[in-house]
Amino acid sequence: MIHKYDLVIVGAGLAGLRAAVETSKYSDVAVISKLFPTRSHSGAAQGGIAAALGNEESDKIEWHIFDTVKGSDYLGDQNAIEMMINEAPEVIYELEHMGVPFSRTKEGRIAQRKFGGHTKEVIGEDGKITRKPVLRACYSADRTGHVILHTLYEQCVKQNVRFFSEYFTLSLILQDDICRGIVAFNLLDGEIHIFHSKAVMFGTGGYGRAYKITSNAYANSGDGVAIAYRAGIPLEDMEFVQFHPTGLYPLGILVTEGARGEGGYLKNKDGERFMKNYAPTVMELAPRDMVTRSIQTEINEGRGIDGKDYVNLDLTHLGAAKLKERLPEITGFAKTYAGIDPVTQPIPILPTAHYSMGGIPTDVYGNVCKDEKGNLVKGFYAAGECACISVHGANRLGTNSLLDAVVHGRRTGKALVKYLKETDFMPLPDDTGKNDKAYFQKMYKETGTENADSIRIILKSEMTKKCGVFRNETDLKEILEIVHQLRERFKNVNLSGKGKVFNTELMEIIELGNLLEFSEVIILGALARTECRGAHWRIDHPKRDDENWLKHTFAFKTDKGTELKYRPVIITNYQPQERKY
Amino acid sequence: MKVTLSILRYDPEKDIKPVRKDYTIEAEPTDRILDCLDKVKWQHDGSLAYRRSCSHGICGSDAMMINGKNQLACQILVQDFKKKYIKIDPLPGLPIIKDLIVDMTGFFQKYDIVKPYLISKDLPPPKERLQSQEERALIDEAVNCILCGACTASCPSLWTNENYIGPAALLKAYRFIYDSRDGADNERLDIIDTQDGLWRCHTIFNCVEVCPKEINITWHLSQLKKKCALREF
Ligand SMILES: Cc1cc2nc3c(=O)[nH]c(=O)nc-3n(C[C@H](O)[C@H](O)[C@H](O)COP(=O)(O)OP(=O)(O)OC[C@H]3O[C@@H](n4cnc5c(N)ncnc54)[C@H](O)[C@@H]3O)c2cc1C
Ligand code: SF4
Ligand code: FES
Repeated sequence: MIHKYDLVIVGAGLAGLRAAVETSKYSDVAVISKLFPTRSHSGAAQGGIAAALGNEESDKIEWHIFDTVKGSDYLGDQNAIEMMINEAPEVIYELEHMGVPFSRTKEGRIAQRKFGGHTKEVIGEDGKITRKPVLRACYSADRTGHVILHTLYEQCVKQNVRFFSEYFTLSLILQDDICRGIVAFNLLDGEIHIFHSKAVMFGTGGYGRAYKITSNAYANSGDGVAIAYRAGIPLEDMEFVQFHPTGLYPLGILVTEGARGEGGYLKNKDGERFMKNYAPTVMELAPRDMVTRSIQTEINEGRGIDGKDYVNLDLTHLGAAKLKERLPEITGFAKTYAGIDPVTQPIPILPTAHYSMGGIPTDVYGNVCKDEKGNLVKGFYAAGECACISVHGANRLGTNSLLDAVVHGRRTGKALVKYLKETDFMPLPDDTGKNDKAYFQKMYKETGTENADSIRIILKSEMTKKCGVFRNETDLKEILEIVHQLRERFKNVNLSGKGKVFNTELMEIIELGNLLEFSEVIILGALARTECRGAHWRIDHPKRDDENWLKHTFAFKTDKGTELKYRPVIITNYQPQERKY
Repeated sequence: MKVTLSILRYDPEKDIKPVRKDYTIEAEPTDRILDCLDKVKWQHDGSLAYRRSCSHGICGSDAMMINGKNQLACQILVQDFKKKYIKIDPLPGLPIIKDLIVDMTGFFQKYDIVKPYLISKDLPPPKERLQSQEERALIDEAVNCILCGACTASCPSLWTNENYIGPAALLKAYRFIYDSRDGADNERLDIIDTQDGLWRCHTIFNCVEVCPKEINITWHLSQLKKKCALREF
């Protein structure tokens, strides 16, 4: 079946929905999502969305810009960061006008809280400038992502946006560097559909599911990233994967940074507050990547609790009242999933794969880049976690990614309105959908010899072990070899159920193929990058190396395998400095 | 430990009606029922169909009937059950598409009916609209709804009358009617102040018992009923 829409948006998280709100007023838009929109993983975001509104204390756009540049370990492109942070207040007010139920200050303004890495300048008595945490994250209790996601969906209902929910996107239709639509399959009946459009926007989310321990949803399998890569688009900075310090053991469900913000302690098996050995001045409130590495070191050196892979997050000294008032959601998580009551027992935690800094390279208007020189693909756009602009560089600050998704969903939407006006439909190539149909036929006809689950288990646990918080050449070479073997095995993977209706087994197999596709790119980028920067930590190259590595990785899929090229970082006002807190 | 899941299976391409099948798997006490379903799917029968995504009770995908109660498979653990023989059925009262996947189209159509979006009659100010903490508190619980459908699918009033809008959609109406920034109370009250609207709720409290977000839905509906009763025509 062939559908025709001016614009196809793939993904109904914050990025996709914000773009839909922007574009559907002027154009015929279809939003395609493998999940019903409100099931998107944006809904899991707890902490907040950053903007220097200054509602609770004085704050400045420039401080927010500087924090983001520094947080990125100077890999973020400063022009893109400046634009995003400048637009932040306006975008938040707009969300409020749409109906987002933010928590409020006493004066009835949007409430704001502190978050790691967000600071203000304080001039001391000696005239020296120091940086202290600032109230910048706009929040709605600890359900910020949930309320924004629902509000954007509500706006789409109001504007009668056409959704194709539970449609799984398989490939891009791209010819002569012009995008003409996508191919998807309807989970309901297994039918393949072709969506012919003037432009396509991806808002397909992150790729954390390549890891065993992760805070990410099942759906975060990086489909968009893999689809783009297969279509010949390079991937940028894929080696930068953020590991959050506190995932609930053993699953990795997120325990918000707020738990340490409220005064929680990290303790090893000896009951020692081990952060004093790593960051004696800021202790548990050191930046994310630093705390993560400290926890992992304790575990690796055998100081995990009972010799297991976790340490304790102790909140017992905070008292029942404070936990109930400030941290109700995670108190609930700890009870439900770990069977422990944080009022009287410490919470077992371990680092968890959390956020994908890398992705599909775009310019500041969401237009996808064809190469490292900044040439663009006509009619193909991306925003949100699947895109790399790059505003987060080597390490994203908490609460900056909801902002990224909304700001760039909106700005990309505006750019698309203009593009759609000036552009006509380009014809579909004759062989549109042919590969996908052939793949489906093969899967339905043949009996494979390999079990998808066993491939998935090995990939995820080995990625966590060998391409995780700490990396080194030996491990990376090993995991590269493992992924090659798994990809070979995957060619003979078996689809055991041959039904058409809701064949979620087939969907999972396609997702696994996507994980295998981009995991190799993560590994190759990590292997090449012989330095430590932000979330990428090479123990065999323990320093940041600005001379050689102040540049973005661009990975291209070629007949000879993956080819890596590089593009310099865009620096406007902030020269790289050592990143000390 | 060994756990047996007794799952109501239905394959529209093969079965005339749903059939129950038992699967025994090896599980940890701390495994979620969702993990157990994954084990059945990955180790026994790949064709088993169910929805899921976030795996920690926030996306609302995996509401189903577990031992007779509508709940999220990702929010309940093996150790929460005394007997390790656990019955799993799709949400009741909704058409089954396949296995544990039900057709939610009707559920979302009813959501659409109540105009589930902020309608403000005034132009917004340059910054945010002001809302006091007390005003915000009125919608504290209502905004937590994850649209899982557990409540609506547990409502006997709905089982006997499929036109009933149902608790989830009514709660959404409350969310906007009681939002101090919204100006369309009457429009929405007109929609729900009907036989198939608010007045089909007979305060049976099933919805409150099953809501995974512990929202006191019935209380919210009773506030709406009061508002309707006080309305001047
Ligand atoms: C637990 C957790 C807490 C977080 N907390 C915060 C926070 O407090 N503050 C902050 O700023 N950030 C936070 N983040 C990060 C932030 O939530 C995400 O980066 C952001 O929400 C991503 O939005 P998105 O629109 O890009 O993608 P998503 O919301 O993930 O949406 C992706 C969409 O793409 C669709 N899709 C994907 N593949 C396909 C396909 N093949 N076919 C069709 N559709 C497809 C999905 O159905 C979905 O609709 C958190 C992340 C996690 C995991
Ligand atoms: S009110 Fe509760 S049970 Fe009903 S849909 Fe919302 S979250 Fe689910
Ligand atoms: S999987 Fe999201 S609520 Fe259970």
